[in-house]
Amino acid sequence: MLIKKPSDIRPSEITSEANYMNRRTFIRAGSIAGASILAAPAMAAVVPDQPRAKLQGVIESEFSTDETPTSYEDVTGYNNFYEFGTGKEDPARYAQEFDARPWSITVDGHAEKTGTFHFEDFIKPFDLEERIYRMRCVEAWSMVIPWVGISLADIVKHYQPTSKAKYVAFETLHDPVRMPGQRRRVLDWPYREGLTIAEATNPLAILAVGVYGETLPNQNGAPIRLVVPWKYGFKGIKSIVRMSFVEKQPDVSWRMAAANEYGFYANVNPEVDHPRWSQASERAIGAGLFAPRKPTLMFNGYGEQVAHLYDGLDLRKNF
Amino acid sequence: MNTLQRVRFIGKPLVFLLCLLPAALAVGDAFGITGQLSANPVEDILDRFGNWAIRLIIIGLAVTPLRHVTGWNWLIRFRRMLGLFAFFYVLMHFLTWLLLDRGLAVDPAFQWAGILEDLTERPFITIGFAALLLLIAMAATSTAGIRRRMGRRWDRLHYSAYVVGVLGVWHYWWQVKKDTSDAWIYAVILGVLLSYRIWRRFRRPMRNRGG
Repeated sequence: MLIKKPSDIRPSEITSEANYMNRRTFIRAGSIAGASILAAPAMAAVVPDQPRAKLQGVIESEFSTDETPTSYEDVTGYNNFYEFGTGKEDPARYAQEFDARPWSITVDGHAEKTGTFHFEDFIKPFDLEERIYRMRCVEAWSMVIPWVGISLADIVKHYQPTSKAKYVAFETLHDPVRMPGQRRRVLDWPYREGLTIAEATNPLAILAVGVYGETLPNQNGAPIRLVVPWKYGFKGIKSIVRMSFVEKQPDVSWRMAAANEYGFYANVNPEVDHPRWSQASERAIGAGLFAPRKPTLMFNGYGEQVAHLYDGLDLRKNF
Repeated sequence: MNTLQRVRFIGKPLVFLLCLLPAALAVGDAFGITGQLSANPVEDILDRFGNWAIRLIIIGLAVTPLRHVTGWNWLIRFRRMLGLFAFFYVLMHFLTWLLLDRGLAVDPAFQWAGILEDLTERPFITIGFAALLLLIAMAATSTAGIRRRMGRRWDRLHYSAYVVGVLGVWHYWWQVKKDTSDAWIYAVILGVLLSYRIWRRFRRPMRNRGG
């Protein structure tokens, strides 16, 4: 009888605690995915190099909210993407010239598989899923956005991180010629973000490549960006060129800019105020001039899926 | 027409309309007549009123230095109107915050306790509110009759226009997330105007002594 010694089991084969905790959700999601495979075979993810091209073979997800999505105009016209300017309408204006192809993504650090990959090859092994998520900005406004993306857990597993990989760090392209906002040092470029491995392999985390069933517009972080809906919007790093598996908690841009105001975790939390403003309520984009604010939900309403990640962690200190 | 008449019949109505224009555009945009508000309309209105309040305070504070530099003494005749419009925009900014943003007019769950908490626990709101109170005092004493009756005390009270300017820019600076470049511009202009007044104050006695 072949008995595997612990050393024979690669760390990447061990089910993470997050996935273990979410196994029922996974099974449910799996059966839905299975059903859609029967209806229409899942395809290798392909994202055409054209603006507003319809994405094919997109699978629906049970993680989607049934709330009405914010209008396409607002989702693509009211953005924070300082690489193209600090005004909300700057990204839509100044990202028009940006060409997100050719694009490559470097995977490095503590993983069995590393290297630099063309965007097309990077996404090819995976399924495209629609995830309609709430998005809560730290500035106290919110949207509902129908993303198209790839499960980050699937991507992480694909590169087989070793036991030393405690965090996943991401970096945005640094190219002041193509990203004019980087000519001013508003932030310490390149933009950096990071997640714990447990967060990155939570089934809610995705790398988005599309919105509204179409290719991702430049102002939303083309060609590929992070979406972690239980965290403030600034965690959703855009136009990613590097994904690193690291042992120590990585530096992240907003924390580097003001550590007393922005923490590493940045979980949506109505009980922990930003030092200068309240986080108890939010303004829904598209609701109009006379709509009242609405209460902000703990973990942006995703507590069922993610609260266990922070068991025993003081969220007031680890904000 | 002499200068006084030109100021009264052409200059003042013109400046009045110009000062009213940003408010008219905000209302026009809110109802989709002149244009559109941003995707975050309450914040858009708040920002517009707040920005024009600071600009008008700064323009009002520039009147005297500009008069000294150019010798156009008729400029002083616009100062009260500019100051009152600055007050008007601060008031609109405050009312937008109270009625729409905090929701007194639109939110069934509105509570005064939340307002009190904002005023006491959010320092940038506290200093903005302090500026509003000072402007109320100045606006209430802005008529010629009251000015005469108050004498020197009127001048002292109305020097607080500089305090309002400093509080206004500080309030703006403090609520910006990261890109403080616009706040910097206001701060620099305000700093130049204030330095000029201080410099003049200390230069005068020297010259008098020499003469």
